[in-house]
Parts: sequence; structure tokens; C-alpha cells
Amino acid sequence: MTTRTVQGEKNLQKIHQSSKDGIGGSPLRPDGHLKVRGEFAYSSDMWHEDMLWGTALRSPHPRATILSVDISEALKVPGVYAVLTHEDIPGEKYYGLEIADQPALAIDKIRYHGEAIALVAADHPETARRAVKKIKVEYEVLTPITTEEQCLDPETHGYVHEPHEYKSHAYGNICHEQKLVSGLGVTDEVRALADVIVSGEYEVGMQDQAFLGPESGLAVPAEDGGIDLYIATQWLHVDRQQMAPVLNLPQEKVRLTLAGVGGAFGGREDLSMQIHACLLALHTGKPVKIVYARDESFFGHVHRHPAKMRYEHGATRDGKLVFADCRIVLDGGAYASASPAVVGNAASLGHGPYVIPNVAMHAIALYSNNPSCGAMRGFGAVQAAFGYESQMDKLAEALGMDPVELRQLNAVTQGDFMPTGQEIDAPAPVAELLQRVKDMPLPPPLDLEHLDVRTLPGALSNTSHGEGIVRGVGYSVGIKNVGFSEGFDDYSTARVRLEVIGGEPVAMVHTAMAEVGQGGVTVHAQIARTELGVEQVTIHPANTEVGSAGSTSASRQTYMTGGAVKLAAEAVRHELVEKGRHRYGWTQTDIALVGGKVVSASAGVLISMVDLLGDEVIEQTREHHHRPTVPFDKETGQGFGHVQYTFCANRAVVDVDVELGLVKVVELTAVQDVGKALNPLSVVGQIQGGCTQALGLAVMEEIVVKDGKVRNASFTDYLIPTILDTPPIPVEILERPDPNAPYGLRGVGEAPTVSATPSIVAAIRQATGKALTRIPVRPEHLTDTL
Amino acid sequence: MRVTFTANGKPVEADDVWEGESLLYVLRERVGLPGSKNACEQGECGSCTVYLDGLPVCSCLVAAGQVQDREVRTVEGLAEEDGELGLVQQAFVDAGAVQCGFCTPGLLVQTDALLERDAQPSDTDIREALSGNLCRCTGYEKIMDAVRLASARKCAASGEGDQK
Repeated sequence: MTTRTVQGEKNLQKIHQSSKDGIGGSPLRPDGHLKVRGEFAYSSDMWHEDMLWGTALRSPHPRATILSVDISEALKVPGVYAVLTHEDIPGEKYYGLEIADQPALAIDKIRYHGEAIALVAADHPETARRAVKKIKVEYEVLTPITTEEQCLDPETHGYVHEPHEYKSHAYGNICHEQKLVSGLGVTDEVRALADVIVSGEYEVGMQDQAFLGPESGLAVPAEDGGIDLYIATQWLHVDRQQMAPVLNLPQEKVRLTLAGVGGAFGGREDLSMQIHACLLALHTGKPVKIVYARDESFFGHVHRHPAKMRYEHGATRDGKLVFADCRIVLDGGAYASASPAVVGNAASLGHGPYVIPNVAMHAIALYSNNPSCGAMRGFGAVQAAFGYESQMDKLAEALGMDPVELRQLNAVTQGDFMPTGQEIDAPAPVAELLQRVKDMPLPPPLDLEHLDVRTLPGALSNTSHGEGIVRGVGYSVGIKNVGFSEGFDDYSTARVRLEVIGGEPVAMVHTAMAEVGQGGVTVHAQIARTELGVEQVTIHPANTEVGSAGSTSASRQTYMTGGAVKLAAEAVRHELVEKGRHRYGWTQTDIALVGGKVVSASAGVLISMVDLLGDEVIEQTREHHHRPTVPFDKETGQGFGHVQYTFCANRAVVDVDVELGLVKVVELTAVQDVGKALNPLSVVGQIQGGCTQALGLAVMEEIVVKDGKVRNASFTDYLIPTILDTPPIPVEILERPDPNAPYGLRGVGEAPTVSATPSIVAAIRQATGKALTRIPVRPEHLTDTL
Repeated sequence: MRVTFTANGKPVEADDVWEGESLLYVLRERVGLPGSKNACEQGECGSCTVYLDGLPVCSCLVAAGQVQDREVRTVEGLAEEDGELGLVQQAFVDAGAVQCGFCTPGLLVQTDALLERDAQPSDTDIREALSGNLCRCTGYEKIMDAVRLASARKCAASGEGDQK
């Protein structure tokens, strides 16, 4: 068998760089050369001799009963090897991240537009697509349940999952809910304590992760009856855990290897084509490749929850917050995915990084016949931040205060308590972040004499030469948790090996961490260099032959898997030094590994690592568990639920064409506390990328769903920011170490996506005077032409 | 049908090509050049950009039959003859402009074409030239840095650095 999957081995990175490329340095990505050569093997690049192409038949209706499925004509298409329905599933028919409520292929019912019903494997992708069109499905089309009112009235509008079908403890069409009460809660007596009360209703549209590399992979049936899957995912082990029961295989016969991942942002946390490719491969006995087209990608993964929120804030005349009352309704769509955890985040972080003595919160996620929603960068904190930051601006206006000063006056700091009762026991320089972002120089004012129309709103469309353009400036700050919360034993595993290769000590790091572009592979090598004093580090391809690394999400991978690499490397170092002590009787207590040598600060060089190691190989595997958390109390929301908090502040400068309703973000500044920047270059890249996704949510990105149907499943109609839409993003990094975290680091990736959106909307409000309670802000909101 | 064309200076031949196949599919699945990426396959994201007879095009929008007897240059053909990274490739690596990297091949070809036309583009020129290439990871700042770096190195190499 010849296979290009071995090209994945090319992703095995060997790094020849000096030890200045330990932590705190900015060595370049070990996969950078392969990527710029076009030689890096992404999951859609997998190829196998004699492979088949798989694709799925997807429902055109959001809610229907399936009366019959006739595959006979599809099977007759020349080149078709298999057509499968749920009847061909050998094991469990349902799976799910938190609740196993999603059928691998639809059974009797359709619950969302685009749900997969049947699979085809054929010799060419076009053959497979043509065969799919020959599958005849008879539907009884039903009225979809799509609005909050419909969802909350199942007696009238029905159930997305009939009560007897529930795989969870859910009831009605509520997937999950979390209440929170702190202080005295919010009563009339508490309201009376406030001099000023502002309230507002806010709405967030459905955003998509829109990673560029489509869902794809190659499933290869193995001789032992198992399956090898080369896949782009965020968490190999949780994929396997969900797949094995459906395939009716023991976990050890479901082997996953990470293929190159073209971005993720939460969208690959759920299964997409994993089970489908394996079912087809096991059924046909041939390797099967599935690559989603872009429209299928929009149907095939979960999105950011759209939200409707109601906020009420009260403050004293001098600006001190007295209470906050809040209701957040998230549309979770047809299946649960990560909705319960998203609700937990929205409830526990939904008041922002502010000290508020009295809080009442009610957050719920609904089941509906809209597309399923789950993890996306910011994970429940994004929606809420638009609500509470809009409120802060509204409150500042009502009080006649500067909006930044109002935020600083109420900002949490170390030693304060969150509304969950959790003490913030690490630095929380929220007021300082705001001050620094405010103090950064502003871009020069619009110069009508010397302007380049390409820099104006409307840009290349040449819609204005400066007339009708108004500038605005807005500020925001946000809070995000790091790692999995609410009692989840979130851990990661790393194996580190040290041996002599070619006369030099070489470390090898093996984890199951999904490198999705965030730069974990670079950081792992930096950690190994720092802990072992070597220059050469090899990163082993990520696969299920080593213990779980947990998910590449929740801003957790450097904290968790980085922490595991540190522990394993320390164990290797300890074993090496003990070997020397045993052999040479060293008694020094200050022994370290530096520059390939075993050294003592008091006695100098003791021996070279090469001589001490000889032909021996030292290998250690360690798990890194973060400190324990507990679930939030269901009624009060109280509990030590989060591992770590992370904060980012932003300033947006916008130009708005008030005649046409067009917005150009002129500059988007970010200041973030990262605890310790293990790789400053990558940290800045994460912050800038996170800000840009926030810009997308503020002014352009939305999956438009009407009556349960997706109207814009393409990159023509779902708009993500281009380089013309994206402004300069100056970034300032603060390093205030968290004593609980490895190296003091703080998760980076999500905080800017939480915080940057409200700053842009605030700037547009300042320019236009419009209230703007819905994002994305559209031209019709600015021109009153709805 | 059979399609013959030149890819990165070498003659290639693809047999049994279905008339609906794109140049992108033929490059990736038949010729063994998967460097050009398949992100939207409708000309919106630029990830599949290649040179066709010296002009950058979205290879997903070019029917395979259209390239008969023509010259295609892909990201795999941007390296120097001795195998060293090309100037634009090296600048993207050095500037940290590669994260997930899926957009990178298309951006490299488009940037290469830009600097061939204008070795010292202004920031606005760069943004205009690259506006057909989506990137979801970087926020484009490091891509701007990479293009500026490539421009500076190109000008330094040709002694044009002080002209503007």
C-alpha cells in the first residue's frame, strides 16, 4: 500500500535553534517552512491509493418527519461503492460532547436544516454528489420551532426532542439553565439604593468560526478490524470517545492521528465527518476521504450561540455599581453540543470584570430547529460582554461620567470576589489595562485634503470622498475564564524523551495536543529547551498513542499541555541528574542543565549530557491537572467554578459614512495581561487574530437563519473581514504572573474576542448617536432604513 | 479527457479528467501538488491562487480544460532553484505571518505578483492587492509586516531601496 498519509510524518518537526529560543523568546514556527512551501499536509490533502470519496445527503428542511428513504437508485450509479443510512450503524446511534442527543445519521426526524441523513462513497467526489441526488426521501414537513416564544411554549408549538427522547435532564425545550444570585439579589429594596438605573435589551447574531481549512480527513480500515483516521480536530481523544461506541469498536481500535488543521476556533470541538468517514471505510473495506465543500462546512459544524439579553444596572450618583439584573437567552439549536458549559460561562462571567454588590442572573440555552450552536472563541462570554459593556456606556452617559473612568471605578482587582463568590486570587489589572489603552496615541484625524479614498468606508467602491464621514472612539474591557470549569477534571498528558542523536542531546515531545495554528508546537519546544538545556527538540506527531491532551480550546493549551510538557521535562531532568549523582557522587544542590551540559553554580561544569547519557534513553510521561473547581450551585450560581481569569481592554476608532451606513474601523488597539508571554510573537498574533474576529461580529459576520433555514452558507454571502476591512491593531502586553499557573502564564486566545466587539460598537455609537442594540451592526441600523 | 500543461516548469499530463474538474482539483488530486488550498471553491477566499501564464488566478475557477498547453506556477514553485525558500516565503516565516497557514499559499502567490508589479507598494496598495485573500487567524497585521519585509529585502537586493 502506498500512501501519502506518510506525508504527515513531514509534519514531524525538528528544530535547529539556539537555546535563546527557550520560553520568553520568539523562535519561529517549526512548521513554518513546510507551510510556505505548500508541503504541510492538511487533512484535506490526505491521499491514499484506491481511496473513495464520501459525502452526505443533507436535509433541505429544518423540521420534518422522515417517512421513507429509498437508496436503490443511488446504489445503481456506476462508481458508487456504498450508500448508508442510520440502519447501517453497527453500534450506538447517538453521540454528543456533553449530552448524547445527536444521531450520527437522522433517524425518523429532521431537527435542523442540513442534518445528515445518508452517506455515499464513490470513486470521484462528483460521482458521490450525483448519487446523493438520487436518494429519494419522503418527508412530512413540519413548522419549525425557531423563536424563544415558540421554544418556551411546547404545548402549542411542540418539542424539538419529545420528552421521552431526552438524553439529558432537560425539560421543555430548555437544554440548560443557570441562575445566579449574590448579595441581596435584585429586589425593589435593592433598586431603591441606586440613584441611576439604566436598562437595555441586546441581541447578538449567529457567528461562524469560518476556519479556512474545510472539515476533512481520511479513514483507513486496518487489518485488525479497527480504523485509522487522519483528521483535523481540536481534541483527538474526545473524538475517539464519541466515535468508538457508534462504530461498535473498542477505543484502542479507533486510532486517530492529527492531520494538519486549517484553523478551528471552537468549530472542530464537535464531531463532523469523523464517524461518517469511518462508517464508509469499514463498510467498503477501502480508505475513504471526506472533504466538506464550504456550504457543507456551514451545515456541518456548530456556531456561536445567538443571544437575546436583558440587562438592568443601578449605580450611585458617584458611579459605584449597586446592582445588576440580567437575563441571557442563548439559542442552542437542534442539539446540545457544548450549550450547558456555554450557559455556565454566560451566567458566571455575564457581569463583566466589575465589583457589583447585588446581582441576579438567569441564563438559559434553548433547543430549537435552528442550526446547532456550541463552542466558538469566547464561549458564552462574548455575547454577555456586548450586553454589559453597552450598559457601562449607557450608565456613563446617564451619570455624565467618562466611560473609561466609570469602568475603572468599578473594576475588579486581586482579592475581589466575582458574583459567584469566587475570590480573584491572581493579578487582575483591569483598571490599568483600561488606562494603558486610553493612553496609547490616537491615529491622526481624518485629513480630507490628502485622503486616499481606499481608506474610507466603502473603500474600493469609491462611495465617498470624505463627505458624510464622522469619526468615533469607543472603549471596552472583558473577562474570560481559562480552561474547563465547573468541576471538570481537565488534564493533559505529555511524554518527553531525551537521548543522544548524532552526538548531540535531543529531546522529543509527544502529546495529543491539536495544533490548530495557535503555536503550541513552538511553545512546547521552547519549554523543553528551557527545562532540559538542549537546543534540538523534536515534536512527535499528535495521536492517540499518548494520553489525552484535552481540547485546544478555552485558552487552555499552553497552560495545560504546556504544563504537562514542563512536568515531564522536569522528571527527565531529575532522572538524568540522579543518574549522575549515583555514578559520580555529586552532592551539590544547585545542579542544572544548561547548553547541553550538567552544571553546578558552585562547581561549574560537571559533565556533558552526551557523556552522562551515553546510549541510554530517558523517557517520562506526566499528566498536568489544574486545581480543582466545583459546579455552580443551580439556584444561586455560587461556587469556585473557574481555574483562571483573563482580561483584555480595547479602544476602537471608526469612521462612519452616516449617509450610506458604512463603517470602516480605522484602528483597533488592545492591551492584555498575559501573565507571562512564553512566545511574544505568537501572543501578539493571537491577540490580533482575536480582535479581528471580534470586528467581524461587530460589523459584518452573521449566519442569516429564516424560519430555520440558513440563507448564506458560502463565503460569498457570509462575510469575514478582509485585509481591507481590518485596521492596524497595536498591541501592548502586560505580564503580571499568576502564581497558580505554569511560568505564571495566562491563557491568551479568547479574551480579545470577548472584549473588542463592544469597543467597535461604542465607537460607532459615538460617531452616529444611534443606540445600536444588535450586532452585527448593519447599514440599515445606521440609516434607519430597516 | 487528457490535459497537458506545464506546472512549475515541468510538463505534466493528467488522464481521465472529468470535464467539470477545476484546475485546483487536477493540481491537488491528480498531479500531486496539494499546496494550493481548497477553502471555498468559489473564488472568494484566494487560498487556491496560482499563476496561470504569469497572472494570479483562483485555480478553483479555472476549468481543467482551459489550461491545455499553458503554464501554471503554484506555491510549490516559489522556492529558489537550489531549494532555498523564495524571498516572499522567507519573509512570511520571519514575520510570524503563518499561523494555521491554510491561507498562506494563496497569499504568497498574490504577494509575489504584487511585488513583481511594484516592489515598494504603500500599505494601502498592499491591502488592495491582497483583499481577495481571506485569513482567519492572524488579523492580517503580520501579513502586512511580511509584505513590507519582503518589499524591503527585494529593494535592498536590487539596490532600489533608496528610490522612494
